[in-house]
Amino acid sequence: MSGESSVKDQAARDAAARVADYEHGWSADIEQEFAPKGLNEDTVRFISAKKNEPEWMLDWRLKAFRLWLTMTPPDWAKLNVPAIDYQDAYYYAAPKAKKVLGSLDEVDPEILRIYEKLGIPLEEQKVLAGVEGARKVAVDAVFDSVSVATTFREELKRAGVVFLSISEAIREYPDMVRKWLGKVVPVRDNYFAALNCAVFSDGTFVYIPEGVRCPMELSTYFRINAENTGQFERTLIVADKGSYVSYLEGCTAPQRDENQLHAAVVELVALDDAEIKYSTVQNWYPGDAQGKGGIYNFVTKRALCQGARSKVSWTQVETGSAITWKYPSCVLNGEDSVGEFYSVAVTNNYQQADTGTKMIHNGARTRSTIVSKGISAGKSNNTYRGLVRVGANAEGVRNFTQCDSLLLGKECGAHTVPYIEVRNPSAQIEHEATTSKISDDQLFYAMQRGLAQEEAVALIVNGFAKEVLQQLPMEFAVEAQKLLGISLEGSVG
Amino acid sequence: MLQIEDLHATIAGKAILKGLSLAVNSGEIHAIMGPNGAGKSTLGYVLGGRPGYEVTGGSVTFDGQDLLALEPHERAAAGLFLGFQYPVEIPGVSNVQFLREALNAQRKARGEEPLSGGEFLKLAREKAALLRMDMDMLKRPVNVGFSGGEKKRAEMVQMGILDPRFAVLDETDSGLDIDALRIVGEGINAIMRHPGKGVLLITHYQRLLDYVKPDFVHVLAGGRIVRTGGPELALELEERGYEAVA
Repeated sequence: MSGESSVKDQAARDAAARVADYEHGWSADIEQEFAPKGLNEDTVRFISAKKNEPEWMLDWRLKAFRLWLTMTPPDWAKLNVPAIDYQDAYYYAAPKAKKVLGSLDEVDPEILRIYEKLGIPLEEQKVLAGVEGARKVAVDAVFDSVSVATTFREELKRAGVVFLSISEAIREYPDMVRKWLGKVVPVRDNYFAALNCAVFSDGTFVYIPEGVRCPMELSTYFRINAENTGQFERTLIVADKGSYVSYLEGCTAPQRDENQLHAAVVELVALDDAEIKYSTVQNWYPGDAQGKGGIYNFVTKRALCQGARSKVSWTQVETGSAITWKYPSCVLNGEDSVGEFYSVAVTNNYQQADTGTKMIHNGARTRSTIVSKGISAGKSNNTYRGLVRVGANAEGVRNFTQCDSLLLGKECGAHTVPYIEVRNPSAQIEHEATTSKISDDQLFYAMQRGLAQEEAVALIVNGFAKEVLQQLPMEFAVEAQKLLGISLEGSVG
Repeated sequence: MLQIEDLHATIAGKAILKGLSLAVNSGEIHAIMGPNGAGKSTLGYVLGGRPGYEVTGGSVTFDGQDLLALEPHERAAAGLFLGFQYPVEIPGVSNVQFLREALNAQRKARGEEPLSGGEFLKLAREKAALLRMDMDMLKRPVNVGFSGGEKKRAEMVQMGILDPRFAVLDETDSGLDIDALRIVGEGINAIMRHPGKGVLLITHYQRLLDYVKPDFVHVLAGGRIVRTGGPELALELEERGYEAVA
């Protein structure tokens, strides 16, 4: 292990030497663990050098950066986004503002209360809260022992599954990364995607070989070298012909991050007969009850169903962030390919969410299903925005869309904005939408049977979101259910 | 066990209960009958603690405890069950899930251990069989798509599972056909006729009382009890109507 890291250190030193040669290179001190505040070409070069990236990768990043400079942030979402000063931020390994804690006694009791409600074991709580010396213990607690984690890795290796940080993949599988990176979400796709291309810090790469069914659910949680992937995460998953993978992203435990802006890019590629199931639970800090603070989450997620009969299923439970701008989409190129989107988005207090999907039907007999459940409480605004597009040559396309909104209280908003563009008359498109409120009758009925008000709200909300929650892998689903209740605490009464 | 004294209650400022007094001892079943608008359902909601029903005077004690000071779920944990005249639908939540969470919440409040999934299902099966209800019904969302009669029967299954010490049953007989009426009547007897328990049966008709024989019958009119008698009073009401009797 130490041998490996010293090799990496050497590589970083070499990269730093190269940085110093660049025309605009500031005298980067390689011992420095973070790039200074601000964003310019040198920041991009520094990141690339730190990652020991090949020349083509640096060029790609620089092109993206130059493009980004010419772009403007999207303004079509129903979001009120405060101006973001991109120069007033760190783009690589920002110094941790989090102080190291001696024990759990020093943690905000409010956070501990939520951990408790989620049923997170004590040792894991320490890790999440950043208590000193907790890491190793927690790894043991989570995996029973480190050797279990190693066993996982070996099992994946035997199956031929590649599961690495994207930085490692760029070095070890350059051809594969080069073939697909930016092919699903082009650099110029949008302002935030371009920014991500320029400065992404790390992320995940997955390759499932032909005919392989990945032997376990993949989660960054299990890839123990995946700490601090940062605010510009990059994920690329390629499922070769006839393969299957289920990927879990995120964590139900509340996480604070000093980086306010998050702009991730996720690209999925499914070849003939391949299937990818991608599940997310997003619980970033939503800001306080007065709407102060909170993460801005501008994410671009897209899947390319390139192969015939391929299938991609997105499931998301979005409860966190002050602002969510996110549209996991499927480009259905392969004949008979299938796209699915299941979403629960909860907003409370002053949170804003504008989220949905795009189903782009280019191939014949492609099918898509969209189930969106929006839950608004407090003074929040929750928008579903979705596009179903059928190309002129796509015969026999089918789509079913269901958008349900649930309102808690009188001061929140729910909005549904469906776009339907059909250029082939053989398409069958269905759209259903409902808006409802939790009724006093339901609340009293559940309370009369013994549930406290917040338990009653959680139960009713989980019933409302059930079609989506049951798409999640079992363990995730249980935590997500608890999370919905916690996110809506104090929203009724 | 339940002591109601001079109870006054309003809904949106309108007085509905105007000095109602009633005492139910353990082991007793009382029937409350009365014309529409007399305040029968209001009494049930006030006892259950429904928001919007404001108590403006009087007291209710349940085993010496001030019932009106408790939240609805605390009243449930204390052993009070309200059988709804119009049971409420909760989409996406199965009866099994709903009742297990409710029962375990009550048990927790009483300092008892929660029931495991297996223990709960065994209990649910037993009580469903008592009311001749198919277990598949309990796996469906709460009251969603149930007929009127099925909803009432499901209420009694809920009562069986939650095993309250005191039940207020608001027109549990309405919407039931003759066979279902008998099954529900026998169910109430099996679950609630017990020396340590009490029942307040709110009904319009004598017919349920053929199966669940009350110890006392009260006539509620104008927000108070205007007459009290034995089971024969119900027969008299059936024959002569409220106006003549009350």
